Amino acid sequence: MQTVQPQIARSEDPKPQRELTFSEAIREALTQSMAADSSVYVMGEGVPDPKGIFGTTLGLREKFGAERVLDMPVAENGMTGVAIGSALMGMRPVLTHQRVDFVLLAMDQMVNNAAKWHYMFGGKLSVPLVIRVVIGRGWGQGPQHSQSLQAWFAHVPGLKVLMPATPYDAKGLLISAIEDNNPVIILEHRWLHRIFGAVPEQMYRVPIGKARTLREGSDVTIVSTSYMTLEAMRTAEILAKDGIDAEVIDARSLKPIDTEHILASIRKTGRLIATDAAWKTLGFASEILAIAAEEAYGQLKCPPKRITLPDVYAPSSPAIANHYYPRVVDLANAARTMLGYPEQTEAEMGIQQETPLDVPDSSFTGPF
Amino acid sequence: MSANLLKQLFFTMLRIRRVEEKIVELYPEQEMRCPVHLSIGQEAVAAGVCAALSPTDAVLSNHRAHGHYLATGGDLNKFLAEMYGKATGCCQGKGGSMHLVDLEAGFMGSAPIVGGTIPVAVGVAFGALMQKLEKAVIVFLGEGTTEEGVFHESLNFASLKKLPIVFICENNFYSVYTGLEERQPAGREVYTLANAHNIPSFQGDGNDVEQVYRMSLEAVERLRRGEGPTFLEFKTYRWLEHCGPNYDNHIGYRTEAEFEEWKATDPIQKTRTQLLEAGMTTAAEIEEMEAAIATEIDAAVTFAKTSPFPEKDLLFQHIYAN
Repeated sequence: MQTVQPQIARSEDPKPQRELTFSEAIREALTQSMAADSSVYVMGEGVPDPKGIFGTTLGLREKFGAERVLDMPVAENGMTGVAIGSALMGMRPVLTHQRVDFVLLAMDQMVNNAAKWHYMFGGKLSVPLVIRVVIGRGWGQGPQHSQSLQAWFAHVPGLKVLMPATPYDAKGLLISAIEDNNPVIILEHRWLHRIFGAVPEQMYRVPIGKARTLREGSDVTIVSTSYMTLEAMRTAEILAKDGIDAEVIDARSLKPIDTEHILASIRKTGRLIATDAAWKTLGFASEILAIAAEEAYGQLKCPPKRITLPDVYAPSSPAIANHYYPRVVDLANAARTMLGYPEQTEAEMGIQQETPLDVPDSSFTGPF
Repeated sequence: MSANLLKQLFFTMLRIRRVEEKIVELYPEQEMRCPVHLSIGQEAVAAGVCAALSPTDAVLSNHRAHGHYLATGGDLNKFLAEMYGKATGCCQGKGGSMHLVDLEAGFMGSAPIVGGTIPVAVGVAFGALMQKLEKAVIVFLGEGTTEEGVFHESLNFASLKKLPIVFICENNFYSVYTGLEERQPAGREVYTLANAHNIPSFQGDGNDVEQVYRMSLEAVERLRRGEGPTFLEFKTYRWLEHCGPNYDNHIGYRTEAEFEEWKATDPIQKTRTQLLEAGMTTAAEIEEMEAAIATEIDAAVTFAKTSPFPEKDLLFQHIYAN
């Protein structure tokens, strides 16, 4: 199998470890969770089909049977309610959607029931439900197949919202989510599904609500989510060539958010860039800036900056979509400006775009 | 039907009626500070359906749930305390009238988003089936809910998996102030919708408690034989306004004559007459029932009124389960 660069997963174990793709890590988390607990079941449109949700559910039906590995009617809202009801009975459903855009149909059940059932009945029942949501980008997916709506979910008390960026976290966070007694939404960026990283074989957990420093630095803090974490890591390498030392914090958990971890870095560097591949207005990056303004105002050396999507939709044509997504050059120039360096072009930064901007790597040839 | 069973059904209906009449009486005190959707006139459906259930079965409901909660066996003290927003309420004051729960009775929850609890109830049935538990699930819904997409999504899945659930549709002809003729095509009966999902469906007189009971029992028995879901539509009538303690026939969305016509079919009066005429009970025995209910309600009101309000800390509890 072709190694897809960059590999940004860092094992917390210093010994060399086997590597898995992000989707293999998800599949392993599902396999181990289902083996460990017979109340775990996986359901979603296409879960047992030949593509297996970008490979993440391949082979599960053969291993665990059709009763625990289910396809479902095209009824996102109703089936979310069904998953909730089964969770009230002690099951642990993992509901899967191939695009976040489809999940909008299920917002009623997610917000009005899943998020509130524990609260509104005085803590009598809980909803141990995992909702895996794939978020898209590229290959002309367009306005209704490319949205990133993490802020919608994270706005709602009672939901937990996770965005793993590495194979290690994809496995560890999914296992934690399945074992959690609350509704947990995991957003998986489709451009991460094929990245590689070290993943221990044993069943391990990554705690929900904890950010991770992927790269230590002293000049500027970049707080990132999901795929933007890869861009942030590349940015840090580019900046290092000019002696700018960036610290990269992968937020991992948007709700609950690891405020203390993020603040400690901001207080250390005094400079903040928050990046999230979602709309700017009222988004995750805005939340990070608000936290910084409220809690670390005195330590900020310059105004913080959001690097996000503009408040418009993803067009299908690559000719204009190429101007839509923020890239390394945008992050790097934000940092350079903060530190008094002149802005540079991609060529000046030594960035050579080897593949078209609408695919994650050269092996990706569409159509989905 | 045995005298004992009919008397039990009568008692259940009477108790629901008297509890809701007490709410009507006390609501103007402004101490019950939550919306109330009263079911006066519709008690036969709650009583008849729930009498067909076993203690291990599960019931879910909607915004007009007082009767369903009480008929399932929900605790009266906790119910009234919830209305008063007290710490002793069934939801510790977090739910009010529109969110009721009593797990010991099998009442798994009522919530007011139209159609919201239907797929959850289907999921309870699905979870029960997956765990090989013998459990009948009942979900109460109004006829307005059949206009929601999630209603059809739920019936489709229940039919697909032959789930142990009975859908009870109380057709009271109005969604708030909007009549059925403005919402659904003329000439199509509500119950026929379920046929499209290959679910056996039947229509009955929702003000005839005996008929409600018999049809429900049949549906529950079919479900226990593993034959899957049933849909029952019961026509009935909401005497009071959609939300609140008052009559509202004068505001113009329905006529006094229509109301009087339905009131003449009052299920409680009808059953009382039936019991007396058949010699199954006496006026004195009914008086005893009334007295027992009144005593119970007075005690519950006292409990609710004298219970403490929740502490401020409760606001922040139960966002997440441990």
